[in-house]
Amino acid sequence: MKNHYFALTLLAGVLLGIGLFNKNDYYFNVLNILLLKGLIVVGLSLLMGYAGQVSLGHAAFYGLGAYTSGILTAKYGWSPLSALLAAQGVTLLAALIIGIPALRLKGHYLAMATLGFGVIVYVIFKEMIDLTGGPSGLVGIPPLELLGHTFLESRQYFFLFALILVLAILFALHLAHSPFGRALLALHDSEAATMALGYDTGRLKLIVFLISAALAGLAGSLYAHFAMFISPTSFTFLHSVKFVTMVVIGGVASLWGALLGAALLSVLPEILTVFEDYDVLVFGTILVAIMIFLPEGLFKGLGNLFYRLKKCKN
Amino acid sequence: MKRWLFVLLMAFFLVTSSSIWAAKPYKIGALFSITGPTSFIGEPERNTLVMLVDEINKAGGINGHPVEVVIYDTEGEETNAVKKVTKLIVQDKVLAIIGPSRTGTTLAVIPFVERYKVPLISCAAGIKIVEPVKAWVFKTAQSDRLAVKKIYAYCQAQGLKKIAIITVSNGFGQSGREQLKALAKDYGIEIVADELFGPKDVDMTPQLTRIRAKNPDAVICWGTNPGPAIVAKNMRQLGMKQQLFMSHGVASKRFIKLAGEAAEGIILPAGKILVAAQLPDTDPQKKLLLSYIERYKARYGEEPSAFGGHAYDAFLLLKHAFQKAGADRAKIREALENAKGIVGIHGVFNMSPTDHNGLDEKTAFVLVRIKDGDWQLIK
Amino acid sequence: MGEILQFLLSGLTSGAIYALIALGFTIIYNATEVINFAQGEFVMLGAMFMATFCAHGLPIPLAFTLAVALTALAGILVERLTIYPARNASPITLIIITIGLSILIKGLAMFMWGKNPLPVPSFIGEKPLRIGGATVVPQSILILAMAVIAVWAMEIFFQKTLTGKAMRACAANRLAARLLGIRVEPLVLLSFALSAALSALAGVIISPITFATYDMGTMLGLKGFSAAVLGGLTSSTGSVLGGFILGILESLAAGYLSSAYKDAAAFIILVLMLLLKPEGLFGKKEIKKL
Repeated sequence: MKNHYFALTLLAGVLLGIGLFNKNDYYFNVLNILLLKGLIVVGLSLLMGYAGQVSLGHAAFYGLGAYTSGILTAKYGWSPLSALLAAQGVTLLAALIIGIPALRLKGHYLAMATLGFGVIVYVIFKEMIDLTGGPSGLVGIPPLELLGHTFLESRQYFFLFALILVLAILFALHLAHSPFGRALLALHDSEAATMALGYDTGRLKLIVFLISAALAGLAGSLYAHFAMFISPTSFTFLHSVKFVTMVVIGGVASLWGALLGAALLSVLPEILTVFEDYDVLVFGTILVAIMIFLPEGLFKGLGNLFYRLKKCKN
Repeated sequence: MKRWLFVLLMAFFLVTSSSIWAAKPYKIGALFSITGPTSFIGEPERNTLVMLVDEINKAGGINGHPVEVVIYDTEGEETNAVKKVTKLIVQDKVLAIIGPSRTGTTLAVIPFVERYKVPLISCAAGIKIVEPVKAWVFKTAQSDRLAVKKIYAYCQAQGLKKIAIITVSNGFGQSGREQLKALAKDYGIEIVADELFGPKDVDMTPQLTRIRAKNPDAVICWGTNPGPAIVAKNMRQLGMKQQLFMSHGVASKRFIKLAGEAAEGIILPAGKILVAAQLPDTDPQKKLLLSYIERYKARYGEEPSAFGGHAYDAFLLLKHAFQKAGADRAKIREALENAKGIVGIHGVFNMSPTDHNGLDEKTAFVLVRIKDGDWQLIK
Repeated sequence: MGEILQFLLSGLTSGAIYALIALGFTIIYNATEVINFAQGEFVMLGAMFMATFCAHGLPIPLAFTLAVALTALAGILVERLTIYPARNASPITLIIITIGLSILIKGLAMFMWGKNPLPVPSFIGEKPLRIGGATVVPQSILILAMAVIAVWAMEIFFQKTLTGKAMRACAANRLAARLLGIRVEPLVLLSFALSAALSALAGVIISPITFATYDMGTMLGLKGFSAAVLGGLTSSTGSVLGGFILGILESLAAGYLSSAYKDAAAFIILVLMLLLKPEGLFGKKEIKKL
């Protein structure tokens, strides 16, 4: 746990430094989107690493958060904060409806159910034109307003998003190291054994699923106000897959690994633009190669490599 | 050999540039969907812009200033467009931006160009971009409304009153569908069926069967390849004999190739570039159109598409603004807003504070019929 | 009456395609427990090869055979280069590999064939036939016939041949199969080849109707997956029926309800199925409710 606190303090320090000294709005905007992805990935990492469940529909929860916030503020004049809370309600409700039946069952039913759910939600975003603005998107979302303060600059959003992410990581770390978290970890190893210890495993899994959906919904609400425009193309099945990929590439077993994966997959396309049209090919190759050669993810894989190198030197 | 020539030219350019270009370059940015599913829009736009900038620099620049262009790929995706637009504005410090290619990506970057006060000339068609008018946002692509008006005027003249529409469920189809529904009344047209299809659908016979049951006078299909080609084929298959209209979204030879026999007789609105050679010599755009086609072909070895023309027009407008305003974002915006009589690829632009597109249906579109696998201008 | 027949015919055509893809999913899932998200790309490869060979003037039967064979070869390459080296990794790692592969294959296809849809000539003319009050192109009937033949051939292979039986044994219980002396690795390789060939067949026969595009595979793959889940994921008969049911329901939904939500129809069925009858229509009842 001590190591985790150290890492978290380091992260917070780095973020604070960037926030204070960076003057380039472009970097802020890139980082803002990365921070929101980090938020989604923290939840997904809890779900995958601890509850052993995969969600292929997290882009839908992200989108539900974004669209609920967007619609309520742009079309019905709600304040951003109350819309954000309503968005949390909508996201949680959707997660409950999918999660309760799917998590009663053993196996990867949640993955399949969320896949279907994700596509359905995407089609709804596209087709309920009067409400969502349809395929061409929802315009007129106001900037975020909290406690009488209106967020107008990228730097302000950066501080807010960084704070929320740090808090989310703190929460996730505590959760993971609480009795609840240990029960979850046991669940990941052996569901039967955990049940024998008197835990209701279905409920454990459901709670983690709800937390991860809520975090994705929160990221969505924040994104809607930050970008002031949303459209269905940001919430497709491929985005869900990308979130899962971030977690797996970093390493399913670790929160930090997942964050590393998010950073890598967000930064990689920016770097790969030097390959111009070839960037998709390079991206696909890197993804496949990492999974073949470091099946436990970058975080652990690189750690092992480092360890071995050190041993060789000695 | 060619490569050496290129290297020599570059070296020559670098050596001489310092002396010729004493003036600071005019830096412009561009956002196109060069890769991804809408790359067929972004690629010709990029090619056209690169060609124009090269040409103008060889001819001595604008007001003696060379033009420098920074182009980024949005992949047609909103989040990407948002990132790249701030990069252009903040990091590259461009004076004005051309693009993005899609309506969705354009709407996504509008809050940012308005926040940072940078003139933007979009190459996308959606009418929401300029309605309501936004101070810093312009566009060159003809709005769907003009295309719809062109079709409806023809229907009215031919006495076609009961119309069925079938549109693709993406931004392009949605915008067309809204305009088709909104304008029908003005032309005494009744929409008897309103069907949709997905961009990746493989069979439209269920929708067309429903349309057939309503027995319309004509069918209007709004979409981009390959869906409309399937609609045309399915209509033949169902034995439907109604006149089929398409949108300008399929105004390329590719569509005729895909639909084959079924393309014959289809009528669609298209930019004049499609039938440049058939235009009367009195047409003010004819000379420019023929020259563009020739220059593009010489450089890239293929005919330019209508999309490239949008980037061409955006550059013409910007050139005009630079000539009047120099390197000042606010003055450029003002010059753009008051640009009058600019003869471009897709029409004659007359901007005003209430119209940031500046086109009318008379010059922006012509109606063409597909005959013997080629376009035929309907006069 | 003509209307419902038209919807049914249209549904059967799409259903046949979904059925072939679903069968491909099932074969690989049974051999490896991997859900192969690159399945749709095999469909695309089949269509693309077909378009290329036809454009070069090859006779249709030859182009057809070559396209299917080349895609099967691609399936073999995929297994040897990516799945085999990672065979000891967890299923989720393997699934991510297939996702990476799908991105990679799609990217390669974009390079080789460009981004525009390619036309493919119809196999047997385009003159529509009238059946009852409905019309249908000959190609649709060909699609149905070929799908049925392919499914029937697969069934014979699984039930009658030794290799087929070994594959079934492997699917039922991998460890037991190994103990009986069945070598699993060659069977995994074979399953990829077969699965790729079936999907390629789907791509080839549908290409004259839908054309060939580098990104046509993703949605078809997802629908095929839904069909496979509908049929229970492990049952080949189930996934074939699942494909046809999905195709018909989708077509009826587009015809009678709303074409706007047609794409959602397949997935609403998928979710309802999972929530109400998770073992699928024909799956083995081995899921324990906890």
